[in-house]
Amino acid sequence: MLNFVARRLLAMLPVLLAVSLLTFLIASLLPGDLALVILGDQATPENVAALRRDMGLDQPLWWRYLSWLGHVLQGDLGRSYRTGQTVLQAVAERIPVSLQLMLMAEFIGLLIGVPVAIACAARAGGAFDRFMTGSAFAMLSMPSFLTAILLIYLFAVELRWLPATGYVPFTEEPLASLRFFVLPALTLALAEWPGIMRVLRSDMIATLQEDYIALAKAKGLKPSRILFVHALKPSSLTLVTVTGINIGRLLGGTLIVESIFALPGIGRLLVGAIYTRDLVILQGVVLLVACGFVIVNFIVDMLYAVLDPRIRHGHA
Amino acid sequence: MSAPLLAIEDVAVELPTPRGNLRAVDHVDLSLQAGRTLGIVGESGCGKTMLSRAVLQLLPKKAKLTGRVMFDGQDLVRLAPESLRRLRGRDLAVVFQDPMTSLNPVLTIGTQLMETIQEHLELDAPAAKARSIELLAAVGIPAPEQRLVQYPHQCSGGMRQRIAIAIALSCEPKLLIADEPTTALDVTIQAQILDLLAREQRRRHMAMIIITHDLGVVAGRADEVAVMYAGRVVERAPTQALFKRMHMPYTEALLAAIPKLDAAPHTPLPAISGRPPDPTRPLKGCSFAPRCNYAGRHCHAAKPVLTSAEMPDHVYACFHPIRMTEGMEA
Repeated sequence: MLNFVARRLLAMLPVLLAVSLLTFLIASLLPGDLALVILGDQATPENVAALRRDMGLDQPLWWRYLSWLGHVLQGDLGRSYRTGQTVLQAVAERIPVSLQLMLMAEFIGLLIGVPVAIACAARAGGAFDRFMTGSAFAMLSMPSFLTAILLIYLFAVELRWLPATGYVPFTEEPLASLRFFVLPALTLALAEWPGIMRVLRSDMIATLQEDYIALAKAKGLKPSRILFVHALKPSSLTLVTVTGINIGRLLGGTLIVESIFALPGIGRLLVGAIYTRDLVILQGVVLLVACGFVIVNFIVDMLYAVLDPRIRHGHA
Repeated sequence: MSAPLLAIEDVAVELPTPRGNLRAVDHVDLSLQAGRTLGIVGESGCGKTMLSRAVLQLLPKKAKLTGRVMFDGQDLVRLAPESLRRLRGRDLAVVFQDPMTSLNPVLTIGTQLMETIQEHLELDAPAAKARSIELLAAVGIPAPEQRLVQYPHQCSGGMRQRIAIAIALSCEPKLLIADEPTTALDVTIQAQILDLLAREQRRRHMAMIIITHDLGVVAGRADEVAVMYAGRVVERAPTQALFKRMHMPYTEALLAAIPKLDAAPHTPLPAISGRPPDPTRPLKGCSFAPRCNYAGRHCHAAKPVLTSAEMPDHVYACFHPIRMTEGMEA
């Protein structure tokens, strides 16, 4: 098992290196001179040249990459030339919002998707299965801005149960914070559960054909034990993958939902950085988000091993 | 004789296929007394596995089952799901053909043993664990305590089949159905597993059905043998009588198809030519007639029914029964 963890960790290194290179190139290859952007139209060529020297923009690309990478490895991702905030400060300020949104959205998504998938697989082809598969398809094709507006109309405007916009940190007022996040999280979850449901449903249906399920029935086990213990665990590998990808994606922020519900998350930070050509923030945040994605995938790999002993022992 | 433990009465199984209904089991009658062993023999696709699944009520959802399966005084076909569940695993156990797929790959051997015990017997976890260790030891697994925390993939095929047998035996069933229990195993392991089944059967006084394509497997181990062909029982007799005086040409052909150790090198094996009939297109006459060396015109026109020979418990379905005067040992 330790060997397995070490191998996976080692495999992450080249991925992270490639991510850093790509992130750097994206920011560096954008057209336009950064020094000129900072100084504005009125800058003299001498000023621009001086700033370029200061920022190291006159150095060759590979040298700039290596020196940036060196700083990153020491924990210095740079500082916004506009606000003076470091990348880490900016991200630390925004990440609780995106994290809370992600956790709540995934929780609600799994809460809907998993039971529905199991119920559908248990009676595949039945009325409930056909209805839910159809509904999932309809949900999947609904854009999140539409879902958001419908939810706001229903729960905030008509029923007045939940606030439409606003934000308080969870650490200050947990309950109020949760209330603010219900609608945005639900908006995301309504787009997530169909994927969760379809993946788990088809894996469950395949698992239920297995010999060991027939044996579990022949052993006289309760139907619930057959479904939840014998069938769910071996069917959940793809589910874990999908959830991991969802989490990674939501970590990077969700621009549309954050904008509609006025949540100060990573998504809005990134878009702000793009609009203001704040390249230091842009490349720093993209790098951190990508690292988060890689780490989530590493956790998914570990979960595989937890779920399937054959992977743990290097048999599959 | 007392009422049989298991009575299969006029059981037929039909499976819908795109090419029409497939009659997998065609009106079979069989019975088995407590503590006895019945061998069901036939080639692939003859319906023997479908018959066992019909007894276990584990047929595919779309399958249509008619007839009665009387087990211990109850008709399993009409039993409520909850009563059936309580019966399965406790009184009625099964060992499947392939131990590579019949154990759950993500659950430990201990879990898979103990869940059956705890489902049916009123035992707490430590007692169930002790019983599991006992069972594993009984089926010949060394260091049983360590095996409990292992997963199926950490055991060899023979070992897994022993574990599957331990699971089947765990609640002292009255009837054990062993569906080709050795087909997926190495030849060297096969005899061990069969001997293990026979030994445990005697010790626990349970009835057993051994399903196999190999007449050699049932030869010394079954009290009675039923030969199946194209979904029907075509000959049924006490094992001794069957091997001494088989009447059905198909039984003879099956026996001839077993390689003999004392045959000269390069002796061709007398395989049964042709294939079993298409089960979606039932024949008017005897289903074996197209492949039979003895078939006459009558055989293609009408279906022979099971009739008894000189002994009432030896029945066969053939218009031209063969009679062998010499005894034959497999």
